[in-house]
Amino acid sequence: MRSRLLTRGLLVALLILGALAMVFPFVWTLITSLTSGAGLSATPSLIPEDPSLDAYFTLFGTTNFGRAVLNSVGLAVIITFLQVATSALAAYGFARFDFPGKRVMFAVYLATMMIPIQVLIVPLFTQMRDMGLINSYWGVILPSTASAFGVFLLRQAIATVPREFDEAATIDGAGRVRIFTTIVLPLIKPALATFAVFGFMSSWNSFLWPLIVLRADGLKTLPVALASLQGQHATQWDVLMAGSVISILPMLALYVFAQKYVVQGATGSGLK
Amino acid sequence: MTARLASAPASAPARARRRRHIATAYLFLAPSAIPLAAFVLYPMFGAARNSLFQWNLISDPVWVGLGNYGELFTDSATLRAFGNTVLYIVGTVPLVFIGGLMLALALNRAIKGRNLLRGIYFLPVITSWIAVAIVWRWLLNPSVGVVNNVLATIGIEGPGWWTDPQWSLPSIILASAWKDLGFVMVLLLAGLQAIPQEIREAAMLDGANAWRRLRSVTLPLLSPSIFFVVIISLINGFQVFDQVYAMTGGGPAGSSDVVVLRIYTLAFRYGEAGMASALSMLLFAIVLAITLIQIKGEKRWVTYA
Repeated sequence: MRSRLLTRGLLVALLILGALAMVFPFVWTLITSLTSGAGLSATPSLIPEDPSLDAYFTLFGTTNFGRAVLNSVGLAVIITFLQVATSALAAYGFARFDFPGKRVMFAVYLATMMIPIQVLIVPLFTQMRDMGLINSYWGVILPSTASAFGVFLLRQAIATVPREFDEAATIDGAGRVRIFTTIVLPLIKPALATFAVFGFMSSWNSFLWPLIVLRADGLKTLPVALASLQGQHATQWDVLMAGSVISILPMLALYVFAQKYVVQGATGSGLK
Repeated sequence: MTARLASAPASAPARARRRRHIATAYLFLAPSAIPLAAFVLYPMFGAARNSLFQWNLISDPVWVGLGNYGELFTDSATLRAFGNTVLYIVGTVPLVFIGGLMLALALNRAIKGRNLLRGIYFLPVITSWIAVAIVWRWLLNPSVGVVNNVLATIGIEGPGWWTDPQWSLPSIILASAWKDLGFVMVLLLAGLQAIPQEIREAAMLDGANAWRRLRSVTLPLLSPSIFFVVIISLINGFQVFDQVYAMTGGGPAGSSDVVVLRIYTLAFRYGEAGMASALSMLLFAIVLAITLIQIKGEKRWVTYA
C-alpha cells in the first residue's frame, strides 16, 4: 500500500513537472516581451526587475502590426461566418432531401477533405491572379468560403434531430427555410459552436495561403506580419515576443471561455 | 417512355412537387458546392496539368510530359527536402505518440486537478505556429537563449540549435513535439474513455496486474484511436511547413528544408512552377495512399470494443 502511494505521488510530481515545462515557453515569452532590450542590452529573468511596455509601443508605434491584428480579426470573423452558413445549408440539404446524385455528391465533398491546401498553392495562385485577387482580402476569403469538414460535422448533428419535428412544422404550414432556421439550427447549436470555433482557429492561425496572397504591408494577417517582423527585427527579441503574445492571447481567451468547444474543434477533424 | 410512365404513375402536381423538392435541395447545396468545385477540384486538375509543363508562372508553358517528375528524382535539393521530411516524421511521430499515450494513461486516472493538467498540456495545440516557432527560436537561441544558458550553469555547452546544420532539424522536432503532444493526448483520452469500465474491472478480478491489463486489455481496445492518431500524424507530418518557415527557413544550407517549403521555393522563388506542381502531385499521392490505408485498415486489423 505504501509503495502504491509512493508511485502515485511520483506520478503526480512528474505530471506537474511536465506541465511546468509545457507552460514555461509561454511564461518566458511574456517575461521577454516586458524586458526592454531583451537579447541585446538586457537578459530576461523569471521575476522581471524593471518590467516595461516599451516593446509593445515599438510594435504598434513603428510597424503595421495593429493593422495586421485588425486584418486577422476581420478575416477570421468573415470566413467563420461564411463557412458556418454554407456548411449548415449543405448539411441540411444532405440530411433532409432526396435528389439525384446525392451519394456521389457527398462522396465528392468527402474527397475534397483529402486534398490539402499545400497541394493547391500553385494553381490556386494563378487562378487568383487571373481574377485580380492577389493582394486582396477576397483572395483569402473566396477559397475559404466552404468547408467539406463542416458539412460532414453538421450533417451528423442534423441526423440526430427527429424528422417528426420537421413534419410537424410542415403541417403547421412552415416552409423549408423556416424549418431550417427556426427548428433545425437551434437544435444543433453545440455542433455549430464547435465548428465555428474550429473555423475561427484555423483562419486565425493559417499561414501558408495568406503568405502567398497578401504580400502588401497593410494587408498582411497576423502570422504573416509576425514572420516578416522576424526578418526586420531579428535581434529585437522583446518586440518579437510582444508580437507572439498578441497572436497567442485571443486563442488563449477563447480557450479559457469555451474550452469544451475549442478542444472539440481542434481535435474533431484531426486536421490542422 | 412507356416503362417510365408505368413506373411513375405520378400526377402532374406530384411531379411538380418532386421537381421543386430537388431544386430546393440544390439551392441548399450550391453555396458550398460551387466554391468547393471552383477552389478545390478545379485547381486540383490544374496542379495535375501544370506538372506536365515547364513554366515560370509568367511566360507560355512548355510541354515536357513527365519530365518534371524525372527531374524531382535527380534534383538533390528536392531529394534532401524529401529525406528531411521523412526524418522529421521519424523524429516527431514516435516521440509525440509515446509521450501522448503516457500522458493519456496518467491523466485518465482519478488524480486531483487532472482537468487543469489536461488543459495545460493541450495549450500549445491552439496557438499559431508562427508565434510559437519564433518563441522556440528565442528559447533555443545559441548565444542568449534560456536553454543554453541553463545548460551552461550545469557545465554543458549547448549546441548551435537552429544555426547549426546538424541541429536545425532536431530543433524543429523538439518544438513540434511540445506543440503536438496535447493533441495526441486528447485523441487517446477520448479513446480510453470509450473503453467500458467493466472490462478493466473484470481483468482486475482475474488477477491481471497493471502491466498485463495495459498490454492485453487497454491497448488492444484502444487500437482504433491509436491507428487514427498514427495516420493523422503521418498526414500532418508530410504537410509540415509553418514551423520550418519561421524557425529555420529550411536552413542552414538546406539542412531543414521540407517538401512543402520546397514546393513554395520552386514555384515562387525559382520560377519552376511545373516542378513544384509535380512535387505537389507526389505529396498528394502520399496523402491519398495514407488515407486509403486508413480506410482499409479500419476495417481490418483494428479491434473494436
